[in-house]
Amino acid sequence: MGSIDSGIRDVRAGRLASDAYADVFSDLHPPLTRHEAFVESDRCYFCYDAPCMNACPTGIDIPLFIREINADNPTGSAKTILSENILGGMCARVCPTETLCEQACVREVAEGKPVKIGLLQRYATDHLMTNGQHPFKRAESTGKSVAIVGAGPAGLSAAHRLAMHGHDVTIFEARPKAGGLNEYGIASYKSVDNFAQKEVDFILEIGGITIQNDKALGRDISLDALRAGFDAVFLGMGLPGVNELGLEGDDAAGCIDAVDYISVLRQSDDLSQIPVGRDVVVIGGGMTAIDVAVQTKLLGAENVIIAYRRGPEHMNASAYEQELALKNGVIIRHWLQPRALTRNAHGEVCGITLDYTVMADGRLSTSGESITLASDQIFKAIGQTPAQTVLTEAGIALSKGRISVDDEGRTSIPGIWAGGDCIAGGEDLTVAAVQDGKLAAESIHRTLMQQPDKVSGFVEAVMAGNSEGASTPGQNPNHPSHVTG
Amino acid sequence: MADLSSNFLGIKSPNPFWLASAPPTDKAYNVERAFKAGWGGVVWKTLGEEGPPVVNVNGPRYGAIHGPDRRLLGFNNIELITDRPLEVNLREMTEVKKKWPDRALIASIMVPCEEESWKAILPLVEATGSDGIELNFGCPHGMSERGMGAAVGQVPEYIEMVVRWCKQYTRMPVITKLTPNITDIRKPARAAKSGGTDAVSLINTINSIVSVDLDNFAPVPSIDGRGSHGGYCGPAVKPIALNMVAEIARDAETRGLPISGIGGITTWRDAAEFIALGCGNVQVCTAAMTYGFKIVQEMISGLSDWMDSRGFRTIEDFQGLAVPNVSDWQYLNLNYITKAQIDQDLCIKCGRCHIACEDTSHQAITSMVDGARHFEVIDEECVGCNLCVNVCPVDNCISMVPMTSGVDPRTKLPIQPEYANWTTHPNNPMAKVAAE
Repeated sequence: MGSIDSGIRDVRAGRLASDAYADVFSDLHPPLTRHEAFVESDRCYFCYDAPCMNACPTGIDIPLFIREINADNPTGSAKTILSENILGGMCARVCPTETLCEQACVREVAEGKPVKIGLLQRYATDHLMTNGQHPFKRAESTGKSVAIVGAGPAGLSAAHRLAMHGHDVTIFEARPKAGGLNEYGIASYKSVDNFAQKEVDFILEIGGITIQNDKALGRDISLDALRAGFDAVFLGMGLPGVNELGLEGDDAAGCIDAVDYISVLRQSDDLSQIPVGRDVVVIGGGMTAIDVAVQTKLLGAENVIIAYRRGPEHMNASAYEQELALKNGVIIRHWLQPRALTRNAHGEVCGITLDYTVMADGRLSTSGESITLASDQIFKAIGQTPAQTVLTEAGIALSKGRISVDDEGRTSIPGIWAGGDCIAGGEDLTVAAVQDGKLAAESIHRTLMQQPDKVSGFVEAVMAGNSEGASTPGQNPNHPSHVTG
Repeated sequence: MADLSSNFLGIKSPNPFWLASAPPTDKAYNVERAFKAGWGGVVWKTLGEEGPPVVNVNGPRYGAIHGPDRRLLGFNNIELITDRPLEVNLREMTEVKKKWPDRALIASIMVPCEEESWKAILPLVEATGSDGIELNFGCPHGMSERGMGAAVGQVPEYIEMVVRWCKQYTRMPVITKLTPNITDIRKPARAAKSGGTDAVSLINTINSIVSVDLDNFAPVPSIDGRGSHGGYCGPAVKPIALNMVAEIARDAETRGLPISGIGGITTWRDAAEFIALGCGNVQVCTAAMTYGFKIVQEMISGLSDWMDSRGFRTIEDFQGLAVPNVSDWQYLNLNYITKAQIDQDLCIKCGRCHIACEDTSHQAITSMVDGARHFEVIDEECVGCNLCVNVCPVDNCISMVPMTSGVDPRTKLPIQPEYANWTTHPNNPMAKVAAE
């Protein structure tokens, strides 16, 4: 307020009372108690060829795991979940269930009150991870080795499946910790109590997986070296870059990458040390925009405005996420597109001018009007970018800068598979990345063992779903198709 | 407005809802609370002989089956008859009856199967001013091991003998309470009638082990690691009770014998069903033990409103109306043909009807039509079994529609409008000639 005239930016840490942070950043959805889980699981109709199951990118047998909860077998329930999605614990926290399983739930259709599948999944996986042993056993060693680039959801999922089949897996991770966006990117109220690292530890319990941290592709390791040193390579390095606004000053102080800021916030031991502006403007319309907007609001920003260049229905953030932002006092302004940044005497950004946009004949254009907003911090949340250079140099076929893969995750180079956000056509969801990693791991396994015909039950089912005219009830023929580049 | 007043064997009560002989009626304190809450009558918890009373276990007496939200569905007990001295009970009964003259007070009695024992206790009970007695021939645990309760109720000759003694030694109306732990409920009912009973009441509880504790491998409730079978009651037993009541109501030998209905009655609707099957009144226990005495208010208003909606002025107006419609299987109309019909507007596409029919019945419901998820009955396969109706989670989504004309697509046979049953069916080797 007014900072744009004086050019004095109000950016401070510790806007809240020191004891308020823990409460403000507590679990978004507190876990279900045992009794609540019984009552909620009883609402499930155990549908035939359940729509929720078909809506899950990893194809978890949702009716079965819910029935297992209802029969007081949370351990078995967790095994059902984890056998399709080894990151089922994190997915229970971060999946946009309102656009996946819970949207498909027949009770959503019937009464607008879906079974709380996400919370039930969390109940079961929390139970196993708190009380149980690792539920899977590693097969006898095959003597084959696989290199994985990136210890995010895709890489971890692939690693676990490969290790389970008896292969030796080495993961090269650019950052100091494993977990990828689970560790560095997700809003902290969605993953409290260091859950991302606990999940990594849980996955590693299978054995046969080594993680080498601070090893980035193109910086510390080369693709050639990986191909030479391992029997197969899986690329799951995500999207290391972020899009710039393309305006003068967009790298100046006060104009911040939302992904970086969230990462600092996630790694912080003391949220009262994180500086936050009084007036905050977030540019973007996806989950990252919502995450940074809500978290800056929680940190004590007075005015937080998300500016998005199209309408609410075009936002990548789900309706639920948008509502979450509104509930937390964030203002979402649609049909506004950045035109210029205002900088103060120190060269710091202290305001932003946005053009009003209109949709005419299916094309977005500016209306001629504009608005200038004071801003102590501007967050860029307009998408992330692939590691194009290293991929281009390696000669891997790309599509719009991302890696082209077939429906098994095979790239154009034999021996190299890829999955997660770095592939073309990906959905930028944790759960989709997990599925990519799983499918690629099965494909790698078949290739390494040269057993195209001797496939495990899972792959058999997926393939049956894929083959023409052989769509089996209970299997989703669409699961693998989203990874086709 | 409907008149709920009840006259059962000349025993008057303001409504047909009595509390059954059980813990809720063990002492004046509870019974007075029940009367204040509106109960029409009570059957005082079973009295035993003079002398040192029985003792109960001091560990858990009850076990239960629950739904996922802990709704109590079935209940089990190993409690014995009253463990208070006879004279205390008799004194309290006298006082309560004097204080509440418009309510029914019945004494439940269980003494050894010897004439002297019955002869001794009956005058003492009569002196309390009680309106009648109920003979406890049903209690299935503990007392039966001592030759009482169900041990008597399982031998029709004993029933007849004891009833006869009671009719001989008291002027009070005699209600004989029957055990369901037998193969044919008509035998003990006939015996009670032969002995001269004024009424029967049923059912008492069913032999049961309500569950097994899988940590200790002991039945529940578990007394120091060991359990005994108990008596099962609550909502789960209602269908068993209804059948037994109907068997007695329509048996040629016992038809017209007054019946006090017992077994899982929880709401007004349960009570109305028992009365429709011939009961003169009903007795309730588990529902009160689950929710307290206040439930009688719902029963009174529910029964009254339903009777108003149907134009029934008194209980007698609808008592027994369902009895003529209870039939042996062999007299069911085999020409009555129904087909399931799914209301597509109500269908939420859960697919339960399909998978139930596909896996376990007649493969008569689609799951996919023209590549879309769609559930529809295939009349050519549907035998009208009603399974889909029962597994459908949506009220009135699937209904059974009778076919009144044309050809049954399944059998390709024309629909016959006239009634025909198994007794005359050509496939029946014992078939009678239709003309007979």
